[in-house]
Amino acid sequence: MSVEKGSVVKGTELPPLELHLTRADLVRYAGASGDLNPIHWSDRVATGAGLPGVIAHGMLTLGAAGRIVTDWVGDATRVRSYGARFTRPVLVPDDDSGATVTVTAVVSDVTDGIAKVDIKAVYDGKAVLGRAVAEVVLPAH
Amino acid sequence: MPDESFVGRTLPAAGPYQVGREKIREFATAIGDPSPLSHDVDAARAAGHPDLVAPPTFSTTFAMPVIEGFLKDPDFGWDYTRMVHGDQRIVFQRPIFAGDELFTTLHVDTLSTRAGSHFLTLRCEVATAAEEPVATFTGLLVTQT
Repeated sequence: MSVEKGSVVKGTELPPLELHLTRADLVRYAGASGDLNPIHWSDRVATGAGLPGVIAHGMLTLGAAGRIVTDWVGDATRVRSYGARFTRPVLVPDDDSGATVTVTAVVSDVTDGIAKVDIKAVYDGKAVLGRAVAEVVLPAH
Repeated sequence: MPDESFVGRTLPAAGPYQVGREKIREFATAIGDPSPLSHDVDAARAAGHPDLVAPPTFSTTFAMPVIEGFLKDPDFGWDYTRMVHGDQRIVFQRPIFAGDELFTTLHVDTLSTRAGSHFLTLRCEVATAAEEPVATFTGLLVTQT
């Protein structure tokens, strides 16, 4: 990767990322994560809980959106912290195209070789993650 | 109504959870992470790591079951069926690798009620058997009254 300490400054934009989440992706994540909450795979349970339909796991959106940082830095061990608020659900329709989440990120601060990256994840024109921030140790050379 | 006397409590450490190569690969695939460091042991070692690298949110696979176990304790009185995940933050003291054996200790940090909802902050401290700190997994859970 071309990420180096001197080349990353406040305002540096990361290459954007587009996520496509289908029902199959939700089922795969349910199995991989162990989160079997049926609002992530059953329309019956989701609508019974007052949702418009099946929604993505917040941790799936968070994990998949985090790739904007790990793809950029090239090594997940450089991530010192990562987190977000779950502000809106990502509704995943029962079709082949699923839900599209657009992820963008910009460096908001660089101090002592650690970049603070602000991440935005947008679905249907609205932010689905709030205060999404990763702290990344930049390569020394 | 959740029992406020649980605030400030620490549960006994759960574990060990053995971080497996195939679980890292499965989880990385599930979040669409193609990094060779999470799939190819040779690539991970060539990058100076002891084994496959867990993606940043991997800790949910072993921390959430500890959290669920607590939330389903009838003595606490939490309505698990009406719960949503409010926020999540993970701070690493060091990365997680395949082969790690990890213990998770759950701390009940805060509980408040406002606007008809209960807000519960749970903090999981993840460490090795030698008590080397690995990660802090802090989440806000919300349930309607």
